[in-house]
Amino acid sequence: MLRHHSVFFLIMRRLRAPLILIIAIMAISVLGLTLVPGVPTDGRPSHLSFFHALYFMSYTATTIGFGEIPYTFSDQQRLWITFCIYLSVIGWAYTLGTVFSLLADRNLQQAIRTQSFLRAVNDLREPFYLVCGYGETGRLICDALDSLGYRAVVVEIDENKIGELDLESYRADVPALCADASNPEILKYAGLTHPNCTGIMALTNSDATNLAIAIAARLLARKVPALCRAESPDTAANMASFGTRHIINPFEKFSGYLALALHAPAAWQLLTWLTGLPGTTVERHRNPPHGEWIVCGRGRFGQMLIEVMERECIPVTIIDRQGPPVTTPRWIQGDGTGAAALQAAGVMQAAGIVAATSNDVDNLSIAVTARELNPSLFVILRQNQYANRGLFEAFNHDINVVPSQIIAHECLAILTTPLLVPFLNEVRQRDESWCRDLIERLTARLGWEVPAVWSERINLSRAPALYRLLMKGRTITLEALLRSPSGRDDALACEVLLVDRDDDDHIVTPDEDVEIRPGDELLLVGSTGAREEFRLLVSNENALAYVLTGEDLPGGWIWERLAARRSASSPTGPAVTPRRRARPPPPQS
Amino acid sequence: MNLEKVVFGFFIVLAATLNFGFFIGEIDNPTHHDVYELFAAIVVSLVATVLKLGDRTQIGAVHLSTSLVADLQLLAAAMVWGYAAHVSADGMTPEMMARIVSMSGGALFANVVSVVILIAETIMQRR
Repeated sequence: MLRHHSVFFLIMRRLRAPLILIIAIMAISVLGLTLVPGVPTDGRPSHLSFFHALYFMSYTATTIGFGEIPYTFSDQQRLWITFCIYLSVIGWAYTLGTVFSLLADRNLQQAIRTQSFLRAVNDLREPFYLVCGYGETGRLICDALDSLGYRAVVVEIDENKIGELDLESYRADVPALCADASNPEILKYAGLTHPNCTGIMALTNSDATNLAIAIAARLLARKVPALCRAESPDTAANMASFGTRHIINPFEKFSGYLALALHAPAAWQLLTWLTGLPGTTVERHRNPPHGEWIVCGRGRFGQMLIEVMERECIPVTIIDRQGPPVTTPRWIQGDGTGAAALQAAGVMQAAGIVAATSNDVDNLSIAVTARELNPSLFVILRQNQYANRGLFEAFNHDINVVPSQIIAHECLAILTTPLLVPFLNEVRQRDESWCRDLIERLTARLGWEVPAVWSERINLSRAPALYRLLMKGRTITLEALLRSPSGRDDALACEVLLVDRDDDDHIVTPDEDVEIRPGDELLLVGSTGAREEFRLLVSNENALAYVLTGEDLPGGWIWERLAARRSASSPTGPAVTPRRRARPPPPQS
Repeated sequence: MNLEKVVFGFFIVLAATLNFGFFIGEIDNPTHHDVYELFAAIVVSLVATVLKLGDRTQIGAVHLSTSLVADLQLLAAAMVWGYAAHVSADGMTPEMMARIVSMSGGALFANVVSVVILIAETIMQRR
C-alpha cells in the first residue's frame, strides 16, 4: 500500500489503455476525414486538410458540435463522420468510466491519503508526539496534548476511529494514518525518525503491538522516549529487558495507589490531588478502611489487588465464577452480582469491596447489590468502557478505576512535567505526618481543585529574564520571586515543590529563603493563572524588575539611558536603578 | 518472448523510422516531405509516450523524457505546418518547409536516443 509513493504514476499506469484508445480513435478519424473526398470545387474533389480535420474532430468528439465547418460536407464525408461519432463516444465513455472507477478505488484513495499524511508529517516544524492507538487513552492524550499546545501524530488500525478523529475539533491539525503500528516502516512514515519527534506512546489495546512499537522505538530512535502500555507482566518484563524507559500498566499503577492508600492515606491524597485531571475537583473520599475485603473477579486486575492487600495483611475473600486452584475457605465460587454469593463472602461484616470484573454491567450490579446489603461498604469500581461513564458517575462509589485515564495521566505527567515522578517517589518515601502537613498547607492555599503542576528550567531559552539577572550575580530567593506581577505585595498562588540542581541533590519543598541558581529546574504547583504569571515573570525583564524591586523599568534603550542619568545626577533620588545595581559584579561562571 | 516488449519496441522503432522518413529529402522542398507521414509520426510518437508512462525506474524516466521531447518537436512542426497552410498569407513557402523539417530533425534525434536506450536496455538484460 505504501509503495505507491507517487499517485501520479499509479493513475497514469491505469489510464494507459484508455489514453491509447483515444489517440487511436482520433488518429483514425482525422486521417479518414482527410482522405474522404468532399464536395467537388472546380471539377476536382476537394479534401479537408489535417488542420481542418483535427478542428472538426475535436469539437465533434467532445460533443460541442459547431456544424459542418469550413464548408458543407459531401455525403461520403458525412458517412465517415457518422462512423467517427460513434467511435469517439465509445472512446470517451470508456475513458471516463476508467477515470471514475479509478477515483473510487480504495487502493488509490489510501495511496492519496498516505501521501498527504507523509507530507504533513514531513512538514512538521515543531516538536510532536507520536501516538499509536487512538482508543480512549489515545483520545484523552491527544485532547490534553492539544490543549497544552503540543502537536500529535496518530497511527490507528481502525478506520472508524480515524473518522472520529476527523470529527474532533483540535486547535492544531493532527495527521492520522490508518495502518498497523507494529510495522516499523509505518512508524518511520509517521515520523519516528523525524528530528522533531519528542516521544512515542504505544497505547494500542494489544500487548503484542505495544511490544513491537517499543522495540522499534528502541532500535530506530534511541533518544526518543517511549511510553508503552503493557497489561501483562510478561510483556512488561520483555519491554524492560531491552531498556524501555516508561512501561505503564494501569492495573499495577492502581494497585500501587491502593497499597499507598492503605498504608499512608495522606500520601495517597497528595498524589491524587497532584495527578488529577486538570480542572476537576478531587473529592475528599474517605480513606480505604482496614478490615475484611471482598474482591469480585480474579482477573489480572483482581489478582494484583489481592497481592497488594495480602502484603498489607488485609484479609481478602475472592468471588469468582472459576473455582479456586487449591481449595481455600476464602474463595467463593459463584456470581458476585447475586446477593447469595456476596452474603456467603461475608458482605455484612466486610469493610470494602472491589468490583474488578472485565464487564461494566456486572461491576455496577455487584456494587449496587453490595451497597444495599451493607450501606457503609467502601466500594472500588472498575470501569472498562468510557461510554459507560454516565452510569458510573450516577453511582456513589468511593473510587472509580478507569484504566484509560490512569494511562493518560501517567503519560502526561511523564511527558509534560518530568520532575513530578521523582517528587512522587519522594512522597512515597516520606512519613505520614509530613505528607499530611504538606497536603493541608497546599489545599488550604489552593483549594481542592486539581492544581496546575509544571516544571521550569532556569536557562536562557525558558526563562531569559531571570537567567540573565542571575548570571549578573544577583541573588534572588524564592520568596522574592514568587510575587504577583500585578501587585508585588500579593504572593503568587503557587509553591515550589522541588528544586533540581546539577551539583546539588534535590531540595524537596524548599524554604522561602532558598536562592535560585542558574540551571535549576523547579517543580511548581499552583493555579493556572499563577502559571501564566510565573511564565511572564521569568521571561519579561520589566515584570521581573518590578516584582524584585517594586520599580517600573522604563521600556526601551533611550528611556533606560535617561533614567540612569537622572538617578546618577540626583543624589537624593533612588540610590541606583535595578539595572545599575545589577551591572558591576562580573558573572561568576 | 514477451508480447508487451514486442509492442513497446515496435512503437519506439516505428516512431523513429516514420520520423526519419519524413525528415529525409531536401530541407526546403515541400514535395519531398509528406503531411501524412508527419501525421503518422505524431500519432505513433504519442502512443509510444503513453506506453512509457508509469514506469518508475531510472531508465524508464529517461525513456519518457526523450519521448516527450519528440512529441513536443513534432507537434510544434505540425503547428507551423497548420499556420503556413491556413493562417499565413504566403502559404507554404520554402522557408516554412525548412522550419518544419528542421524541427522534425530535432525530434528524430530524440527518437534515436530512445532507440539507443531500448537497445542498451536489451543488451543489459542479456536475455
